[in-house]
Amino acid sequence: MEDDAPVIYGLEFQARALTPQTAETDAIRFLVGTQSLKYDNQIHIIDFDDENNIINKNVLLHQVGEIWHISASPADKGVLATCYNRMSCGSQWETGRKSFHWLITISCCGIYRKAQARLCQIYCIENAHGQLVRDLDFNPNKQYYLASCGDDCKVKFWDTRNVTEPVKTLEEHSHWVWNVRYNHSHDQLVLTGSSDSRVILSNMVSISSEPFGHLVDDDDISDQEDHRSEEKSKEPLQDNVIATYEEHEDSVYAVDWSSADPWLFASLSYDGRLVINRVPRALKYHILL
Amino acid sequence: MAAAATAGSSPGSGPGDSPEGPEAEAPERRRKAHGMLKLYYGLSEGEAAGRPAGPDPLDPTDLNGAHFDPEVYLDKLRRECPLAQLMDSETDMVRQIRALDSDMQTLVYENYNKFISATDTIRKMKNDFRKMEDEMDRLATNMAVITDFSARISATLQDRHERITKLAGVHALLRKLQFLFELPSRLTKCVELGAYGQAVRYQGRAQAVLQQYQHLPSFRAIQDDCQVITARLAQQLRQRFREGGSGAPEQAECVELLLALGEPAEELCEEFLAHARGRLEEELRSLEAELGPSPPAPDVLEFTDHGGSGFVGGLCHVAAAYQELFAVQGPAGAEKLAAFARELGSRYFALVERRLAQEQGGGDNSLLVRALDRFHRRLRAPGALLAAAGLADAATEIVERVARERLGHHLQGLRAAFLGCLTDVRQALAAPRVAGKEGPGLAELLANVASSILSHIKASLAAVHLFTAKEVSFSNKPYFRGEFCSQGVREGLIVGFIRSMCQTAQSFCDSPGEKGGATPPALLLLLSRLCLDYETATISYILTLTDEQFLVQDQSPVTPVSTLCAEARETARRLLTHYVKVQGLVISQMLRKSVETRDWLSTLEPRNVGLLYEEGVRKAQSSDSSKRTFSVYSSSRQQGRYAPSYTPSAPMDTNLLSNIQKLFSERIDVFSPVEFNKVSVLTGIIKISLKTLLECVRLRTFGRFGLQQVQVDCHFLQLYLWRFVADEELVHLLLDEVVASAALRCPDPVPMEPSVVEVICERG
Repeated sequence: MEDDAPVIYGLEFQARALTPQTAETDAIRFLVGTQSLKYDNQIHIIDFDDENNIINKNVLLHQVGEIWHISASPADKGVLATCYNRMSCGSQWETGRKSFHWLITISCCGIYRKAQARLCQIYCIENAHGQLVRDLDFNPNKQYYLASCGDDCKVKFWDTRNVTEPVKTLEEHSHWVWNVRYNHSHDQLVLTGSSDSRVILSNMVSISSEPFGHLVDDDDISDQEDHRSEEKSKEPLQDNVIATYEEHEDSVYAVDWSSADPWLFASLSYDGRLVINRVPRALKYHILL
Repeated sequence: MAAAATAGSSPGSGPGDSPEGPEAEAPERRRKAHGMLKLYYGLSEGEAAGRPAGPDPLDPTDLNGAHFDPEVYLDKLRRECPLAQLMDSETDMVRQIRALDSDMQTLVYENYNKFISATDTIRKMKNDFRKMEDEMDRLATNMAVITDFSARISATLQDRHERITKLAGVHALLRKLQFLFELPSRLTKCVELGAYGQAVRYQGRAQAVLQQYQHLPSFRAIQDDCQVITARLAQQLRQRFREGGSGAPEQAECVELLLALGEPAEELCEEFLAHARGRLEEELRSLEAELGPSPPAPDVLEFTDHGGSGFVGGLCHVAAAYQELFAVQGPAGAEKLAAFARELGSRYFALVERRLAQEQGGGDNSLLVRALDRFHRRLRAPGALLAAAGLADAATEIVERVARERLGHHLQGLRAAFLGCLTDVRQALAAPRVAGKEGPGLAELLANVASSILSHIKASLAAVHLFTAKEVSFSNKPYFRGEFCSQGVREGLIVGFIRSMCQTAQSFCDSPGEKGGATPPALLLLLSRLCLDYETATISYILTLTDEQFLVQDQSPVTPVSTLCAEARETARRLLTHYVKVQGLVISQMLRKSVETRDWLSTLEPRNVGLLYEEGVRKAQSSDSSKRTFSVYSSSRQQGRYAPSYTPSAPMDTNLLSNIQKLFSERIDVFSPVEFNKVSVLTGIIKISLKTLLECVRLRTFGRFGLQQVQVDCHFLQLYLWRFVADEELVHLLLDEVVASAALRCPDPVPMEPSVVEVICERG
C-alpha cells in the first residue's frame, strides 16, 4: 500500500526534544518540543496517518522557556512532562508524574545505576566511552543488556552482569552519537542518531532476545502472533547496519520509535526537521515470518 | 686342362695385346679385353679362349662379340665401305690374325711345359707315399708291444698298490683317533689358555665323529669329556660375554663362538641385545648426566659429539655385529634389532631434544646448526644399517622441528626488537620534554627505528640461512629445500613479522586507553610513517632479499608483496586517522572546557581574543611542526596575514545563508579518513575541533557580549587556520555555522562591527 519513502515535517524553530506518546497505542503520535530563546516555544503533537501518509499537527504553546527534554506519561495519554530552561534562572527539572524505580545517572565516561530505596551503587561501568556518554537505553526484553552511546562516535552494548568489556561495539557514525533506542517489540532493531546528521538503524541479532533459526516459545511478549513461527530453515541474520538515513542536514539530537507501530520511528534534527521513517519492508517480513 | 688353359689365357692376352696392338686406341682395346674376360667367365667354360667378343654381345657385326657372324660382318663391310677402306681393313685383319696366331702358339707352349712338370711331381709323390706306408706299419707293431708290456706291469703292481692305500687310510684314521683321544686335554688346555676360538674349532671338528660313534664306549667317554669341557667353555664364554667389560667387538666374538658351539641363537640374540642395551644405556646415562640440572652444561656441539661418538657409534657397532652374527635369523631378527634401535633411539632423541630445547634461548645459530649437522650426519650410518628403525627419518624430523622452533624464536626476537624500538622511541619522545630542549627529530627517530628493524631482520635471515648452507648434511632434505624456505622463512618469519608489526601498530589504534594518554601521538605519527615506508619500499626489498637468499623452489602459494603492502598501507592509514582523532580530541577538550566553563550570559564586551584560542592555534602550529614527517606535500602557500577570500557574512543572515550553503555544499564528514600529507592531517584535526566547538556552542546560551566574543574568536581562528587546511571553504562554513548557532542561542543578538572585530584580532 504505502511506499517506504520518509515523511518530513518542518518546525519553525530549533528543536531537541522528541518523544512518542507512550500511552497511546492506536495512533502514531509524536511530541516535539522546540528550543528558541527569542520566541514562544511550542509543543507539536504530531499525528501520523499511516494509511494515507498524512501528518496532522496540533500546537501547544510552551511559554515558560526553551524545551530541552520532553517525556509522555506511560499511563495517561493526557499527561506529559517537559524539562525546560528559562533565561536567567538556570535549568530546572520537572519530573511530573513520571516515577522512576531506578535513578540512572549519566556522567562523563561512566554509567552508574543506583537503587533508589537504599541508594547504593549496583554497578558502574568505568570508561564506558572515550568521552562523554550521551544516552543509554535498556533492552526491553533482556533487562541486563543496555546500550550506550557517546562522543567517541561509538555505540556500545553492555551486559550489566559483567561490565568489564562491552558485548558489542558499533562504530558507524562519524560524529558524536546523541541518542540510542531499542525497538520495544523487536529488540534486535537499534536506532541511533548522531550529529553527523545521520540516523542509523542496526540489526543486532546476536544479542537480541529473539531466537533465530529454531522454534522457541517466546513467553514474555504478547505480540506472539506477530512472529508466529520462526522456521528452522530461516538463516540467522548477521549483525549489520540495516539502513542509514540521510534526510537530515543538521545534527540529529533525538530519535525514537513509535509506541503504536513497532516498524515506525521518528528523528529530529536541530534545524527543526522531523523525519518519520519505516523499517525496510523486506526486513520486516524477514523478522515476522 | 681347362683350368690350365684359363690360367694361361689371361696373362697371355695382356702382353700380347698392348705392345703389338695394331690399333691406335690402346685403352679401348684393353677395356675390350677386360670385357672379354668378364664375358668368358660369365658364360660357359667350353668357349674358345681366343674368340673375340664385343661389348654388345648380341651384335653380329662386332668382331669381339659372342654372336659374331663373319658373313654378316663381311656383308656389312662390303656394303658400307669404299674400296680403300676395305683394303685397309683387310690388311688390318690379316695383321690381327697373325698376331693372334702367335699369341696362341706362345700360350700353348708355356702351358705344355707346366703340364709336364706337374706330371713329374705327381709321379714323385706316388713313390714317397709308398715308403711312408711301410714305416707306419712298423710303428703300429711297436705300439702293440708297448701296450702289452704296460698291462703286464700294472697287473704285477696291483696288489701292492691296494695294500698301500689301505695303510694310508689306517694311518689317517689313527691320526684322527689320536686327535679325538687328545681332544679333551687339548680343549682343557685351550680353555685354560683362553684360546676359545681354537677350542671351538676343535670341538666343531670332532663333534660329528663323536656323534656318529657314540655307541662305542671309548668314544662315548671322549664325547662325555668333551661335552663337559664344552659346557665349561660355553660357561666361560657366557661369563665373559656377561661381564660386558670387554668392548663390543670381543663380545661379538664371544657370540660368534657360542653360536658355533650350537647355543640357541634366539636366546643369544636376546642376551646380546640386552648387553648392548646395557652399554648403550650407560652412554645415555652419561649423556643425561651432562644434560643435568646444572646450568653449565657443555655446549651443544660437544654434547652432540659425545652423543654421536658414544651412543650412535655404539649403536652402529651393535647393529653391524648383530647383522653379521644373526643374519640367519631372517626378518624376525632384523625386526627385533629394529625395535631395539627404535626404542634406544627414541630415548636418545628425547635427550637430544631436551638438550636442544635448552639451546633455544640463544641468538646464535651457527653452533646449533653445526651441532645439528653432526647429529644428523652421525645418525646416517645407523640409518643405513637399520633402515627399518627409521632413525634417520626421526633425526631429520628433530632437525626440522628445531629449525621450526628457531624460526619461531627469531620471529619472537624480531617482535621483541620492534617493541624495544618502540619503547626507545617513547623514551626519546618523553625525554626532551623533561630536559626542555629540542630532542632528536621525528625523522631521525624514524630512520633509527627503520634501520634497526631492518638490521634485525637481516641478522635473523643470516642466522636462519645457516640451516640451508650447502655443507650442512641435512640441507638437501626436501623440507629444507622447499618448505623451510618458502613456508618457514618467507611466510613464517618475514611475512609473519611484517604482519605482526602491522598488528602491533594497529593495536595502538584500538587500545582501550582511548583517551590518548596511553600512546604519545608522535609515536602514532612515526609508526604510520614507518608503515607507509614499508608499503612503498621496504617490504618488497625484504622479500626480494629473502627470495634471493633462500632461492625459494617450493611451488606452494606465498603471500604476494601486494597483499602485504596493502596491509601496511591500511595500517598506516588507520594510524594516521587515529592520530588525527587523538589530536583533534585534545583540542576538542580544550575548546569544550573553554566554552562550558565560561558564563556567556554575563560576559563583558570582548576586548581580546580568547586566551584559549590563541593557545589552540599555537598547538595547531606545534602539531604542524611535528607533521614535517609527512612533508611529502610541500606547502606552497605563503604566510599571509589575511585569508584573501574571506568576507565575513552578516550574522543576522547567516541562518538563511548557511541553509543555502548546506543545500549546495557537500556533507562534511568530520572523522573522515585522511590522506598521507600534512595538510590533510591538519585539516582533519581542525575539522574535528571546529565541529566540537559548534556542538558546544549550541548547548550554551549567550549574552550579547558572549556572542560578540564568539564572533571575535571565530574571526581570529579564520585568520590563522586557513593556511593549514586544504579547503578554506570548509573552515569558513564551520566557523560561520558556529557564529550562526551562537546568534541563535543569544536572546539579544547584536553582532559586533566587522571592522572592530578585525582590529581586536590584529591586536591579539
